[in-house]
Amino acid sequence: MTASIEIQGLTRRFGPFTAVDNVSFRVQSGEVLGFLGPNGAGKSTTMKMITGFLSPTSGKVSVCGHDVEQQPRAAKRLLGYLPEGAPAYPDMTPDGFLSFVAGIRGFRGAEVGQRVQRAAELADLRGVMHQRIETLSKGYKRRVGLAQAILHDPPVLIMDEPTDGLDPNQKHEVRGLIRTMARDKVIVLSTHILEEVQAVCTRAIIIAAGRLLLDGTPSELEARSPLHNAVAVELAAGSAPRAREELAALSGVLRVDVLEGQDGLLRLRVVPARGTNLTVEIARLAQGKGWQVQGLALERERLEEVFRQVTTTVPVGEGAR
Amino acid sequence: MSNVLCIMRRELAGYFATPVAYVFLVIFLVLAGVLTFQLGGLLASGQADLQSFFAFHPWLYMFLVPAISMRLWAEERKQGTIEVLLTLPLSVGEVVLGKFLAAWVFTGIALLLTVPLWVTVNWLGHPDNGVIFASYVGSLLMAGGYLAVGACFSALTRNQVVAFVLTVMVCFLFVLAGMPPVLGAFKGWAPQGLVQAVASISFLTHFDAITKGIIDLRDLVFFISMIAFWLFANAIVIDLRKAE
Repeated sequence: MTASIEIQGLTRRFGPFTAVDNVSFRVQSGEVLGFLGPNGAGKSTTMKMITGFLSPTSGKVSVCGHDVEQQPRAAKRLLGYLPEGAPAYPDMTPDGFLSFVAGIRGFRGAEVGQRVQRAAELADLRGVMHQRIETLSKGYKRRVGLAQAILHDPPVLIMDEPTDGLDPNQKHEVRGLIRTMARDKVIVLSTHILEEVQAVCTRAIIIAAGRLLLDGTPSELEARSPLHNAVAVELAAGSAPRAREELAALSGVLRVDVLEGQDGLLRLRVVPARGTNLTVEIARLAQGKGWQVQGLALERERLEEVFRQVTTTVPVGEGAR
Repeated sequence: MSNVLCIMRRELAGYFATPVAYVFLVIFLVLAGVLTFQLGGLLASGQADLQSFFAFHPWLYMFLVPAISMRLWAEERKQGTIEVLLTLPLSVGEVVLGKFLAAWVFTGIALLLTVPLWVTVNWLGHPDNGVIFASYVGSLLMAGGYLAVGACFSALTRNQVVAFVLTVMVCFLFVLAGMPPVLGAFKGWAPQGLVQAVASISFLTHFDAITKGIIDLRDLVFFISMIAFWLFANAIVIDLRKAE
């Protein structure tokens, strides 16, 4: 059986406030779904409903065919969950905490030790296993939570901001871990770091004010940016005005923006018409005209542009939990 | 059942992971000793029994037992660990029972540490050991009742102090219900049935009966149904507002 999550018309209200509003999607084994959205968009609330911590006001969640409300135990057995903030018992050691979770997960005898050790290795907890959790750094605490979530090698893994509070090296490691686990699992993670989506996710969903606004692969989302495939050309300020005219005359160019530059250089941003990539043409033109080009690159931050555009057009509610 | 044991073991270890357990045990023993010997006059009475020891238990428990129960759920909420716990493949009932049993076993340990007192009266005279045994059983059952009330109030809040104060208040009412002033206030006008009903929900009335050495089925049923009722309420509270 392949793992899957299926969500239909999921809605959750807190009094008059609608935290999640009629959200439906389906995730299959092998997919890493990134949940994007501003704070208070309903990401955590949705995850709490998937994991059965919170009951939906209406709608259905099923995990590998088990309805979370009707068969919570069967669904929870297949789930690994890292809640927001990676809570763990502060007066326990990681070893004690993970052994406790292993016991509840139904492991007995020697297997408890093996599972705990394996999870500790994957989450890189060696060396702190016998220290009280309250004395650990934020990064270690997060990894204790991660170890707890992957202890039973679940087919479905839900992680609320798995890399929050980690340093760049640790982020890199956790993303590597997610990618290696991704092959045969359903992974859903929330984040507001967009580079993370590009780094690990095969699919991204943007939600704001509780509504699902976009659903696609990271590159599909990027393609929605008005700056999609824009090329930044960095060249000496002297030759810039002429270059600007010639670039604007290139076929397929929508417009050329002049951006700030440094050290006597000027940056031009060439925005192409939708669906075209002009990098090669621009490079050829620059070479032919003999401009002193210092840098030529596809613009980054395209996903961020989409995110801003999509999420600021809807009124964003506050106080979602 | 094994899940209940898992929860219980973790909870019980949690008591001893911090100095709280030891501080509690010491205070319990010191207070029990002071009350028994100073106020109760165990030695002065010249009788080989533990009446003066058990007579103070309803009052001693009123302040000490809520201190044991207050952290059971409030701490889970405050730390956010309730989200980890309740997304594990467990039922709420198993968690409620496991936590309660851990607290009960802990109170049992405290009570067990007073056994030297029992030995002492045996050394000094010839007490009715049957009565003393019954009193221990009654005391443990009463502690269970207090704990179940406390666990339920702990589930209502994320603040341990609030849980403590609410529990003390409610337990106080349950003790008071059997006291002459309260019963007197009812006796003047209320029908006999109501007076009896009020008296019958009192911890004091049932506990006194047991310490006389008679383990009546009705007293056992009272404490056990008291525990069951509050644990059931506890489970409902958690089910309804686990995410708040």
